[in-house]
Amino acid sequence: MTDIPANDATNDAEARTRTREAALIRKRYRAERRFRMYGLAAILAALGMLTVLLVSIVSAGLPAFTTTQIALDLNFDAGDIDPGGSRDPAKLASANYRGALLKSLRAEFPGSETRQGRRDALNMISNNVPFVMRDMVLADPFIIGTTQRVWVKSSADIDQLAKGSIDRTLPESDRRVDNRQLAWFEKLEREERIRTVFNSTFFTTADSREPEQAGILGAVIGSALTLIITLLLSFPVGVMAAVYLEEFAPKNRWTDLIEVNINNLAAVPSIVFGLLGLAVFLNFFGLPRSAPVVGGMVLALMTLPTIIIASRAALKAVPPSIREAALGMGASRLQTVTHHVLPLAMPGILTGTIIGMAQALGETAPLLMIGMVAFIVDVPGGFTDPATVLPVQIFLWADAPERAFVERTSAAIMVLLTFLIMMNLFAVLLRKKFERRW
Amino acid sequence: MTDAAMSEDNTPKELEAALEKAPETEAVKALPIKVRATDVNVFYGDNHALKDVTIDIPEHRVTAFIGPSGCGKSTFLRCINRMNDTIDICRIEGKIEIDDRDIYDRSIDVVQLRAKVGMVFQKPNPFPKSIYDNIAYGPRIHGMVAGKTDTDEMVEASLKRAGLWAEVKDRLAQPGTSLSGGQQQRLCIARAIAVSPQVILMDEPCSALDPIATARIEELIDELRRNFTIVIVTHSMQQAARVSQKTAFFHLGVLVEQGNTEQIFTNPVDKRTQDYITGRFG
Amino acid sequence: MNSLILVAVLLLLSAIGYQFGRKRALAGTGGEIRGLHSLPGYYGAYVALWCALPALLVIAIWLSAQGGIVDSLLIAGLPASAQTLSTGELSLLLSDIRNLASGDITSRTPSPMVLAAAERYNDLRSTGFAAMVVVGLALGMAGFFFGWRAINPEFRARPRVERIVHWALIVASAIAILTTIGIVMSLLFESIRFFSRVSPVEFLFGLNWSPQTALRAEQVGSTGAFGAVPIFAGTFLITIIAMLVAVPVGLFSAIYMAEYASPRFRAIIKPILEILAGIPTVVYGFFAALTIAPFFRGFGESIGLDVASESALAAGVVMGIMIIPFVSSLSDDVINAVPQSLRDGSFAMGATHSETIRQVIIPAALPGIVGSVLLATSRAIGETMIVVMAAGLASNLTANPLEAVTTVTVQIVTLLVGDQEFDSSKTLAAFALGLVLFVITLCLNVIALSVVRKYREKYD
Ligand SMILES: Nc1ncnc2c1ncn2[C@@H]1O[C@H](COP(=O)(O)OP(=O)(O)O)[C@@H](O)[C@H]1O
Ligand SMILES: [Mg+2]
Repeated sequence: MTDIPANDATNDAEARTRTREAALIRKRYRAERRFRMYGLAAILAALGMLTVLLVSIVSAGLPAFTTTQIALDLNFDAGDIDPGGSRDPAKLASANYRGALLKSLRAEFPGSETRQGRRDALNMISNNVPFVMRDMVLADPFIIGTTQRVWVKSSADIDQLAKGSIDRTLPESDRRVDNRQLAWFEKLEREERIRTVFNSTFFTTADSREPEQAGILGAVIGSALTLIITLLLSFPVGVMAAVYLEEFAPKNRWTDLIEVNINNLAAVPSIVFGLLGLAVFLNFFGLPRSAPVVGGMVLALMTLPTIIIASRAALKAVPPSIREAALGMGASRLQTVTHHVLPLAMPGILTGTIIGMAQALGETAPLLMIGMVAFIVDVPGGFTDPATVLPVQIFLWADAPERAFVERTSAAIMVLLTFLIMMNLFAVLLRKKFERRW
Repeated sequence: MTDAAMSEDNTPKELEAALEKAPETEAVKALPIKVRATDVNVFYGDNHALKDVTIDIPEHRVTAFIGPSGCGKSTFLRCINRMNDTIDICRIEGKIEIDDRDIYDRSIDVVQLRAKVGMVFQKPNPFPKSIYDNIAYGPRIHGMVAGKTDTDEMVEASLKRAGLWAEVKDRLAQPGTSLSGGQQQRLCIARAIAVSPQVILMDEPCSALDPIATARIEELIDELRRNFTIVIVTHSMQQAARVSQKTAFFHLGVLVEQGNTEQIFTNPVDKRTQDYITGRFG
Repeated sequence: MNSLILVAVLLLLSAIGYQFGRKRALAGTGGEIRGLHSLPGYYGAYVALWCALPALLVIAIWLSAQGGIVDSLLIAGLPASAQTLSTGELSLLLSDIRNLASGDITSRTPSPMVLAAAERYNDLRSTGFAAMVVVGLALGMAGFFFGWRAINPEFRARPRVERIVHWALIVASAIAILTTIGIVMSLLFESIRFFSRVSPVEFLFGLNWSPQTALRAEQVGSTGAFGAVPIFAGTFLITIIAMLVAVPVGLFSAIYMAEYASPRFRAIIKPILEILAGIPTVVYGFFAALTIAPFFRGFGESIGLDVASESALAAGVVMGIMIIPFVSSLSDDVINAVPQSLRDGSFAMGATHSETIRQVIIPAALPGIVGSVLLATSRAIGETMIVVMAAGLASNLTANPLEAVTTVTVQIVTLLVGDQEFDSSKTLAAFALGLVLFVITLCLNVIALSVVRKYREKYD
């Protein structure tokens, strides 16, 4: 691209600059490749961390969806259950099922006559077995005096053993299951009296101190109740505020203030909303602690900015020509908004609302402040019952030392993430379906 | 689009006829050719934006591209320093040679090519840096300067050649965006000059400026052609007449007519050129 | 629950009112809509609003005031010996009475005085509720008739209804302001009470934080130490670690996404990265405690370093992972807002892509990037669950990321979770920390938002 050289000397000089230039270019392209690599490496790092997170949680959580059962020959000993033979349901309900169980265990597990042996035998199975026996008797009193083979829930430790989470080769002192229990278990295994079934308890009960009896139903219902309150409060208020700011408000200091305020509110740490709830709702207004209604109110205040911002964007996207057309027909401003603008903006508003609800569903910190962190064994039945929510349940279980709770924590996270993914997918679909270019 | 389809059929013949009838004047013909484009076709996806453009651009002269907007002037200009490479959907066929070397050849490095073929844009686009750093940017990345004094000299020389030195010599540390529109455009020209290009491409460099600033840039262009080969796209026919020696008229992606500027404006051969310069469309 | 039934009854009444209003308006013109000033629905709405609004408003005020009034009546009715109790003891007594009244087990065996008071408490509450029902229903009926009577064909129902709706809209948008005021007031009010016991100088500059020793109100000041510097330092340390992870990774992925990635790559990878932003923080906290902390600990052991199991490093790194999508999506927007003409200008000078990015695009986008980093920092400072689950509880003034430190949010949670009196310095300290947190994050947000807004305006 350069001119033809005049003589050898210039030729030489030219060749030198050429090689220098070529070297520089090579260096610059190397820098280019390196820079590009950094970008790709950053993305891969982020993806890698996401993968590690999901894999570690799913792999820890999957076993929680199954549980181990033991086939036991339960002796419904008449002497323990119905000594008088009256078959009176009230008496049957409060009979000594534990005694009957202990007799059965003695027969099942040789060596369980000693105190230590009895404790070992009891620790093989879940401590709800007496209640299972009671329910069986109440359903069918004729089994009193018979021996029935029943599949009962194993204890959490035996469950872990069956799932292979406890290393059988470890010395006894380092193992949560002692040699005697291990021997019993292996015998049961040989007799095919151990089975693994779907863990329906996990979805049908509330919290419990015993891992094998703990479930997420209470937390799921608590989350649902809380979110209902959140939605009922934040959706109408958020939409109304957005309509006012976007369609009616004059441009002045006051609306500027509201605008700045909403943007800042959206970035206030969530725990501060919890402090607000504690000071105002609980201490000032005396509303009940741990109640979904208060949790819902706090979360509503928190999601309000999200909904307002999304709704305003959706309203802004409706072209002014539609408003002009309606106003030109003689509609009032309010009619224009409610008949024409709002319906057109609704998909966008709903998308924003669902995303806000998803945030609220995952929120934990503010709910700790208003006492939704209590240990609650009952499924809440109303908006003022003490309740907990799914993320708080996760927090509580994450604190529990037992291995079986690690499993359940991860499983609860999987359930929570499933709900969140469904909500977000729904929002995406909604946006796709109603996406409109003006 | 129907217009384009229509002209696609009859233009090449007409063009050939037109070129035969209007031989280039001595002045243009005698000069060495700096850029030679042969049968260039450009597509933006399915949009056929340039059709069989063939043109020679003489060294140390100003060549003007005129034509109604959307006719492909900028597209062609951007082919000459391969700026179209940055547009994903853009595809180029044909041959463009600078000093007899095909710039689309695999052995050509775009980075080096662009150092030799500078460009000035429609809207002044100084970098968000000081005036000094705006000028020093090119020489630094191309390794043309070593050390502070070297750079100082280079910056001063470039600003002087762009006629901006007197106005900015006391405020070199201020951001380039603090200058007026016309000054910004001259800064961009100085920035382009700083890497000692051989060709400078200017895409409507005055369309965002007031008449006085425009006049200054036109003067500058006239001066610069002693050292550089200049190609300018312009909307204003008066400007083309004032600054250029050769003019090419584009219409709907086709190079309709080219030749000595005087001849194009006083004695156009093609009907469309005639209509355009007499203001009947555009 | 019972108030809900009352509300439902009122809503039903107003639905009936709607029908009656419509009918009456139409009856006035013999069924001709043309003879009416407004559409019939507006007459209905007018009656419905009169029916529901005043009654609901009164019920809302009643419900929020009832607790306080009942309490003060209850205290006034207590024997003289109880009147002289300190506020702390009194509130304990009150909660005993309340627990007993609702049938829960009390902490002490109830004295006859408490038993009587509990009975009185239940009496007062049921009387109050009955009165509220009567007043609410009476107001609803009165509103019904008032609205209904006003209706005739010339009555301008639409403007009136619209005016009410307009006011409702204004009230709705004022709720955002009320929330802020509520936050500021509650934080300020409790903090002032705190600072009347602990000097602000000690709080802001003291090096010793051990609030847990101040178990009783009487002990405050003598044994409890409220020097918050170690907490601020811990927060700072973890935030720095988080930003050291989030800023490079987030910024470089934003650059790659905005400048290099093909549209296909972008369309696939961007939503995947945004999953990171949608994962609840409690999940990150669990991840930190379950996976990352043991990993760092094990890794440290293998190279002979002593890493605490609740190290600042683990909490900070996981928080950084959480912040990545904030930095990257905000920076991505900012980089995309840099005008194409600057890129063109640089490419036309013969710059390579990375030279253009480093020397033109980043400087041009810098204010916006700084803004997004500030927003991300504010998020990191206010983040709670990750540090509650993965950082330490004890205050520790250190700059060593391998040790355990505690943060402002962790302290707020540990001070307030669990049953304790609301009045102790311990709980008030949580509000003082909350105030500091609020002020700092607010400043960061205001600066960040205005920087970003200025930046947007520049290139619009
Ligand atoms: N980046 C682009 N992507 C797609 N099409 C483009 C692009 N730039 C220009 N075009 C199309 O190419 C044709 C010529 O455009 P251009 O060269 O800018 O015209 P001129 O500069 O003569 O006004 C037009 O039809 C335009 O729509
Ligand atoms: Mg153009």
